[in-house]
Amino acid sequence: MDELRKAIEKNMEEFGFPVTIDERLGTLQWVDMRELRLRYVICIENIMPFFEGMREGKLITTKCKKCGRLFFPPQKDCPSCRDSEMEWVELKKEGVLETLTVIFVRPPSFADYDPYTVAIAKLDDGVKITAWLKGDPQKVKVGQRVKVEISRRKEGYLMYELVPVE
Amino acid sequence: MSENVAIIGIGHSKFGTRKDVNLPELAWEAIKPALDSANVEQKDIDFYVVGNAGMWSSEAAVPSLMAEYADLAPKGSMRVEAACASGNAAIRVGYTAIKSGGADIVLVLGIEKMQESPNPTIIELIGRFGSYFWEFENFGLTFPGYYAMYGTAYMAKYGATEEDYAKVAVKNHYYGAKNPYAQFRKEIDIDTVLKSPYIAWPFKLFDCSPITDGAAAVILASEEFAKDVEDKIWILSQGVGTGTANLSRRDDFTTLPSASYAAEQAYKKAGIDLDAPWKYLDGANVHDCFTAPEIIAYEDCRFCKRGEGVELIREEQTYIGGRIPVNIDGGLKAKGHPIGATGVSQAVEAYKQLLSQAEKGRQADIKNGRWLTHNVGGTGHFTYVTIYGLEKR
Repeated sequence: MDELRKAIEKNMEEFGFPVTIDERLGTLQWVDMRELRLRYVICIENIMPFFEGMREGKLITTKCKKCGRLFFPPQKDCPSCRDSEMEWVELKKEGVLETLTVIFVRPPSFADYDPYTVAIAKLDDGVKITAWLKGDPQKVKVGQRVKVEISRRKEGYLMYELVPVE
Repeated sequence: MSENVAIIGIGHSKFGTRKDVNLPELAWEAIKPALDSANVEQKDIDFYVVGNAGMWSSEAAVPSLMAEYADLAPKGSMRVEAACASGNAAIRVGYTAIKSGGADIVLVLGIEKMQESPNPTIIELIGRFGSYFWEFENFGLTFPGYYAMYGTAYMAKYGATEEDYAKVAVKNHYYGAKNPYAQFRKEIDIDTVLKSPYIAWPFKLFDCSPITDGAAAVILASEEFAKDVEDKIWILSQGVGTGTANLSRRDDFTTLPSASYAAEQAYKKAGIDLDAPWKYLDGANVHDCFTAPEIIAYEDCRFCKRGEGVELIREEQTYIGGRIPVNIDGGLKAKGHPIGATGVSQAVEAYKQLLSQAEKGRQADIKNGRWLTHNVGGTGHFTYVTIYGLEKR
């Protein structure tokens, strides 16, 4: 993009407009001068115990007091009984690997990471969890045991990940 | 009220890198032939719907832009977003508007100009079409990544291989080469797919549909208006399903519950036997955003039993002459996948196939007079299955 910016600046000076010629088609393009940067602010107030649990190395989630339905990701309300009386329960941090992929072409916001493995595991408590899988993806198989660990990310925040059980 | 709704006109732009036109110019390439082939004027249009996901392109108020550029003001309109199913969702709005008596003639436009943004920005934006917080924010899933998890699970459960997946790409490029509107008009072999770089294991570059600019349009009409029109097809039924935001909230990764549900609904409404519905169809367009999901679509649409989708592609049963020809316009894989245009492009294909107007080498035998389209948004978040027919119900 830096090259493009330089080319535009040159073209603005020479021709009067922020334009460029498309490399493949040779057609004239106006390059937007208004760049949009987005960063969302997302409310986690009602699932705060989930984050507090991670600080203690625990994976906790919501369970409806009335019907016993277990939710992961945790949610404030139970749609089954239309009730919001939830209790926070600790999940056993083990389960079975259901599927995985290795993300080679990463979004720019993950450019600082090497290709990473994303997997889904079914925990012994019955809920499923999506997370990064630690280690060599070629050494794991669908159906094998995995555990959940909480560790600090490169960005500096805490997050859960899946780890193969030998 | 109109019990039946027909498609009486179609238009389709060339799909691909369309940096030779801006958004309304691209839309006009589909709108003009749609109006011409339906033999209607702008003033005859009661209502129009635009399927457009947007974000990567600069213009947001596309219906108004088209009111201005294509002389559609002051008729009512709306923009519809259902991720990659925006096109068929737009058809749904037009179909129900006519069925309910709210309109006699509706223009449906599907358009996407994805290449107004650079590829990395598009990868960033499409990755967010899952569950933002629990999938993208912390685990950086990309669109190929979501479907790759389906691909992996299908391989583990049914013994499919990367080579099997490659066969889907080979078929769709074979037909894409015969479609003058396709982005890629080049045949490929299995080696091309297998030797291409990994995007999201087990998917490689040639397992993935491309980033595409394109537009497609159809004119929908009431039974009363369509009765004197010669070239037309009917919407026999539609089934619509919705799936969970998070993949982890689903039971199994070898089927899209939204698609199974939508297909079942569509067959039931069309009065088609659920045991072997393919016997009532002449062909189908399914949502092959990647290779594995085409095979899963065979099963969700009941073209075969669970686990047998991979056999269909191995035995070339989805080529012309097989059990049911699928994506013989090149599919999303070779024709291209301009998000909001795809569902409308599938309707254009149903019209061309049923009226035997498809280009040389890619015309199916029309015996039953029925064609199915399967358009999926997000990671199985929304599925629209539409069955079209030569005869009304």
